[in-house]
This record gives sequence, C-alpha cells and structure tokens, in this order.
Amino acid sequence: MFDFVVIGAGVIGGMVARELALSGGSVCIVEAMGDVAMGATRANSAIVHAGFDAKEGSLKARFNVRGSEMMEGVCRDLGVKYKRNGSLVVGFTDEDRETLAELLRRGEKNGVKGLRIVEREELLSIEKNIGEGVKYALVAPSGAIVCPYELCIASVGNAMDNGAELKCNFKVTKIEKIEHGYRVFAGESYVEGAVVVNAAGVFSDEIAALVGISDFTVHPRRGEYMLLDKECGSLIGHTVFRCPSKMGKGILVSPTVDGNLLLGPTAEDIEDKSDTATSAAGIASVRAAALEQVAGVNLGKVITTFTGLRAVGSTGDFIINMKDGFINCAGIESPGLTSAPAIAEYIASLLGLTRDKTKNPTRRAAHYFRELSTEEKNALIAKRPEFAHVICRCETVTEGEILDAIRANPRPSDLDGVKRRTRASMGRCQGGFCSPYIVELLARELGVPFTAVTKCGGGSYINIGRTKEN
Amino acid sequence: MELINNINCELVIIGGGPAGMAAAVAAYDAGLRDILILEREGALGGILRQCIHNGFGLHRFGEELTGPEYAARYEDMVREREIPFMLNTMVIELSEKRVITAMNSERGIFTVSAGAVILAMGCRERPKGALGIAGTRPAGIFTAGTAQKFVNMNGYMPGREVVILGSGDIGLIMARRMTLEGARVHAVCELMSYSGGLARNIEQCLNDFDIPLLLSHTVVEIHGRERVEGVTIAEVDESRRPIPETKRYIPCDTLLLSCGLIPENELTKMAGIELDRVTSGAVVNGDRETDIPGVFACGNVLHVHDLVDYVSEEAKIAGEAAVRFIRGEAEKNAGIKLTVDGRVRYTVPQRIEAVADTKVYFRVSDVYRDKKIVVRDGERVIISKRKQKLAPGEMESVTLTKEMIENAGESLSFSIE
Repeated sequence: MFDFVVIGAGVIGGMVARELALSGGSVCIVEAMGDVAMGATRANSAIVHAGFDAKEGSLKARFNVRGSEMMEGVCRDLGVKYKRNGSLVVGFTDEDRETLAELLRRGEKNGVKGLRIVEREELLSIEKNIGEGVKYALVAPSGAIVCPYELCIASVGNAMDNGAELKCNFKVTKIEKIEHGYRVFAGESYVEGAVVVNAAGVFSDEIAALVGISDFTVHPRRGEYMLLDKECGSLIGHTVFRCPSKMGKGILVSPTVDGNLLLGPTAEDIEDKSDTATSAAGIASVRAAALEQVAGVNLGKVITTFTGLRAVGSTGDFIINMKDGFINCAGIESPGLTSAPAIAEYIASLLGLTRDKTKNPTRRAAHYFRELSTEEKNALIAKRPEFAHVICRCETVTEGEILDAIRANPRPSDLDGVKRRTRASMGRCQGGFCSPYIVELLARELGVPFTAVTKCGGGSYINIGRTKEN
Repeated sequence: MELINNINCELVIIGGGPAGMAAAVAAYDAGLRDILILEREGALGGILRQCIHNGFGLHRFGEELTGPEYAARYEDMVREREIPFMLNTMVIELSEKRVITAMNSERGIFTVSAGAVILAMGCRERPKGALGIAGTRPAGIFTAGTAQKFVNMNGYMPGREVVILGSGDIGLIMARRMTLEGARVHAVCELMSYSGGLARNIEQCLNDFDIPLLLSHTVVEIHGRERVEGVTIAEVDESRRPIPETKRYIPCDTLLLSCGLIPENELTKMAGIELDRVTSGAVVNGDRETDIPGVFACGNVLHVHDLVDYVSEEAKIAGEAAVRFIRGEAEKNAGIKLTVDGRVRYTVPQRIEAVADTKVYFRVSDVYRDKKIVVRDGERVIISKRKQKLAPGEMESVTLTKEMIENAGESLSFSIE
C-alpha cells in the first residue's frame, strides 16, 4: 500500500505529488491519459496571476496570492521558465474604469502589492503598442508568466526522482474503501493508498462520486487560443487582460516564456469533457478582441490554434477538503496554475507533513543545454556529440536534448510528449521537418516499431505500415 | 587533435541543396577555390532527395531526371571539384559582418568569417496551425512534404484515405504518390479559383488518376479525436468565405496540406537584411546580392521557384557574382528599382544595375488569358509581350537589355494589361 495515491497528473496533481514525495511518503500518481499534463494544464493562459480577481476571503484569493509569492522559487528549483513581466487590465469605457477600481480595492484587500490605475498617456509609456481605444489600465507588477506543462512535467519528474511512481493510461473506474485506506481501480488493476488525492481536473466530480461525494459538480469551460510566431513575441512586454466579466478574465494578449505571443481564451460552457475542438467563431472572437487590446498583432503569423478546458466547479470557488483520508482538489479553474504550489503546500500541512531533508526538491531544467556558455556546450558536445545534431531547426532543439527528455522522468512515449518536454516541433514549421526524425528517435529509444509511435497515445497513430504492404 | 573553432573562408554557402551546390560549382568554375558549403542534413541534395518523381532537369540538362538524379548531377560536380562541404552542420547565427556561427559533432560550436556568403537555405511548408482550420487536432494531418518524407525516405505510409488541401506542386505530386502506394485520394481542395501548381502536374498527377480537383473549395472542419476520421469541406464564395449550404463530409484518415511554401529566412532576418514582403525573401539586385554587401541569396530562400532548373540558373548568377565581389571586381552603379502593379506580384531581382542584360523573373497574382506583359520606363513602353496564358503557378521572365537599364529613369514598372 502506498501512503498516497494521487489521481490526475496535471499541474495540481503533479505539485501535490511532489510535496508528498518530498515529505518522504510513498506516492503513486495515476493518470487516465498516456502522459502527464494532458488536461487543463496542457492548454491555458500560462499566467501567474497577481491575485486581484478572486473574491476576498475565497480559497481562490488565498491560494492565488500565496502561489504567486511561491512560484518564482518553485520554478527556480524545478528548472522551469518563469518571468515576472507584470500584467495590465485594460479598460475602454468609464464603466470599465469602475471595474478596474473595484479590482484595485479587491487586490489590495487580498494583499496584492504595487497595484495602480493609469490613464492612456502613462499607459503608452509602459506599453507603446496598446490598442487605440484603451483608456485606462490597472497595472499589476507582480503578474508573471510561466510554462504550465513544463511546471507539471518538472513536478511529476521531481516527485518520481524522489521515489514516486507514475501509472499512465490508468483511468480510474472504481474506488473501494478498505481498512486503512482506499483501493483505486482501473478496470481489473488497482493500487492502494492510505490517503487518496483527487486532482482529476474536469473529471474530479466523477472521481468524488466514486466514494459517494456528490455535493459538487465540475463542468468544462472551453477556451480557444491562437499562438503567434516568436517574431511577434516582443510586441508587448506585459500580459494584457481585458476588463473581466462573469465568464472569466476575458481575452488576453501575452508574451509567453518561450517568446511567442499568445491570444485567448474564449469562454464557452460545454458538456463534453474531452471536446478540445476549435471553432471558426471562437477563433474569430479571439482575433477581434486581441486587435482591440493591442495594436499591430499580426494575425498572419499565427502558428497554431488550440483549445483548453477549464474545470469549473459548481461552488464558484476551489473545492479543497479532506474527509476519511480522501482529499478533493476540484474545480481548480483560473487561478489554478498560480495556486498550484500553494495548494500543494496546504495539503501537506493538512496531513501534518514536513519536508524530509534527505529528499531533493530540485530538478535540472529541460532546456539546460540552451543556457550553457559556448565553452560548456562544446565540452558537452565533445562527450556527447548528439548535442551538436539539431533535430528541430525552428526551435534549435538537438538530438541530445531529445534523448535526455526521453530518458528522464516522466518518460514521454509519443511525439506530443517530446514536444512538450523539449519544444521540438513547437516552432513555426510545427514539426514539418523534424517529426519523422523524432518518430525514429522514439522508436529506437522505446524499442518499438516505427509504426507504433503515436502523436499522443491511444489511436493517434502516425503511420499505418510499410509502403508496398498496404 | 584540437580543431580550430574560428575559421576564415572566402565564400561560405549556407545550404547544400540544388541552389547551394550550383552556386558552389559556379564559384569554383569562376576560379575561386576557398569555398565551404554548410549543410544541416546528413547528405547534399536538399529537398530533391525525397522528390523521387521525374520532371527535373528538362531545361538544365535537356532530359527528364528524378529529384535524386538531378541532385546527384550537382553533387558529382561538387565532388569532382573537391569543393569542401560539412554535413550535419547547422548554422545558428549570421551576423551583418558575415560571421557565421554553426555547430556539428566534430567541431562543436564554431564560427566562420566569410569574405562572401550565399544564402541557400530553401523553404518550408505552411503548417496546419497557420491555416486556422476549425475542429480537433488529431494525428493524421501532415504537410505534403512531411508525408513525402515518410513515404519516400522512411518507407512508411501515413494513411489510406486521403484528402488534400491546397494544390501546390508537392500536394499534386503526393496525390499521385499516395495513390500509387495504394491509398485513395478523395479530393484535392483548392481555396482559389485556380491551382497554384504546374499545369503538367495537374494533368499527370490528378487527371491521369481521376482525382477530383475542387477549385474554390476548402476544408472547414477537421473531425476525429485521436486520428483524423473525416473532414468537412465547402465551396467558397468570391471573398473566399465558405458557403454553408455546400458543406459536405468526407470520411478519411489523412489530411495532407499543400498550402504554400515559405522561404526560410530566419538567418537573413538575424543579419538585418531587408526582406521583400511579397516573396518573403531578401531584396536583391541583379547579382542576387542583398542589402548587405557580400551576402547573396538564391533558390527557394529568395523566392519560391516552380522548377529546380531555374534555381540552378539563379544560383549560378549568385555564385559568379560572389567571386567578383571577393575579388573586388563587382561593377557598381546607382541602379534602378523595379516596381509592380499588383497583377505582377513581385520581381526578382527587385533592383538592377546597368552592368549587363538582365533576366527578370516574376509571378502574377491571378490567371490571365491573352494579356500583355508590359514594362514601362516612366510613360514609355519598353517591352510589350503578348501571352496566351499567365498563371500564378508558373514563373515568368523578361530580359532587360543593358541599354534599357542605362536609359531608365529611377525605376521600371512591370504590369499585365
């Protein structure tokens, strides 16, 4: 029996599992999909929110502000890209001005530092490309950006480096209460844990229902995004939010830690918990809003569009509680990413855990090669020549980096897994040149046939067989 | 052995595809010996290596060759001349001072200070993400060139039931290739009312195999969670908006994209070289010299060509001009600009100097029948050439005599009338 079973390997499950592993407990993470970071963690705005949105006294406010304080250190420990670029909430009307004032008041009550409202003239000195109709902005210097899937991969990896076990393709179908804990089933196979943490994202209500908890539901809220070429990444420095509405924080325009420009998301409540399709209407509304907020967004430079699902809880707040050794972390919508380290810290404290000093809370950055000096790179290349073989030309990712990623915890088993870990095929050609090479590397490293390599697990095969055989 | 990591070289050519090799051969034949080709792949030849169909070389060699055969002709010329080249070598930086930073496993990261540089990096395909097609993002969506690599280089089939979006030449070639390998190509959808591919490819790759070419059609939605299960296509109106009543679902497991090629000018941008917004390549003069003296460009990195024969021709111009530059023999004068009317989308070169008769290449923006290509010096028509048909897929050219250029005012204008 494990001390802890964590259901769901998103950023919440990952950060919680890491904290549990660092306390010295035995941890098993079970994940329904073929890789970690496959739900809301994979596709969101990648923002470390300052903390002025959430209602004072809410769990959202508490964990947001604490998470925002913790994030830089956590990212440093885990080698995850993080940048405190500050955020702006822009207003177009006098009504928006009122909303901004309300956000300022709320932010100050939540303990957010440095907030102020500026008018257009000053705003232009902060961001010269701000949209023409923008009159006001709330400036939040503590806003930051981070790479969400990288944070998740690193936290699961760090948990595993400290002894945690990861079981992918483990879709929980039944949970039995047993003496001193729970038996968590995926079909016939099961794992046992003294404590179970439910971090199953949009599915966390269904997991809770398996132990008879039915006082909340979670529904997916679809958000569509567009990602622009790195050429556009310096158009703005801050994350530019639109004045919020009841559907969320509105569409944002933000640089990413990797230097791209991100536009989105829409906010559309849907039923299907796996519907990540994009729509013509969604993309059109992202375009329109982005152009209003920031001048000179070049929509000809879009390299991809994607959709994420936020896990919206029925209570309006995060649902974090513990009963009989079953812990819910449900309804973790925005600011969930920001809150992740704080939620992990809180759960450890709920369980009365402290860190075991013999455990290692740090992990080498996935992108460490890129940060080396030329001399250091050459020293490494002399030992491992594969670091001089560029596989992904758009993002300059070498074979050495890809091999390291394939061999490191948590090991990827498909093309998208390699992409999230290394950025190979995440650039402007979107894998046109490098994907055949990565398929080869994966097949070789995993010891599987070329045709067994998939895009993202399951039936997402890339090739159907040899030529001349079909 | 300690390798020296700061090399000096008179002429460095970035890219060992058809453009790079032809430029190197031309420079050698003009008497230059200190030449280095840097190639990122494990072999010379560039994209031709995967183009195993024929149709290459009719102009250049007067015979029909396959892509690998055409590339081999030039590789043989490079090897006969013992022109040095480095394979598996990626150029990661180019400075305006013509210093190149590159990496390979033998030398690690090293720099080359070049007397002259020829950019010959080729182009890439426009990916799915740039097209903004609604729907899911399953496996089974490939650019035509990626599918071509899987089939021709790796020997694997990417799918069985295929729809192709875009009728660029690689898409047309892959329609035939997939059919020959046993796949069924249901349709080639082309957003425009004409194909951007060569007429001969439409004939030989689609018509000969009864593959329908649906002009003014696009893919409006992709279906399938894990692997493509189908696409919804629709006809588009004159402003290229899908017409809802014409929507139709085609079950398929593969969507191939042939929606345009983009010159790979990241290094060019890094060096601060001026680019042409239409070609996405450098702005060059008759020598194919960019606005940084001693940096030349040729082949698909400069503008996308329809025939490799023209790439070789252009590379020869750049190679010979680079030698004149290195020797300080380049003739310079004020030069003039070439302007276009929009019907003529662009010209290459974009500016010319009155040093010799100069062939100017261009493409048109639509299909025109029985029109004239007109070149004017101010109000005065200096060339008027009637053409039965002009199409965006076929590159056109006119030759300006040295005299015309000498007599010209500040610019010469190109139009279709």
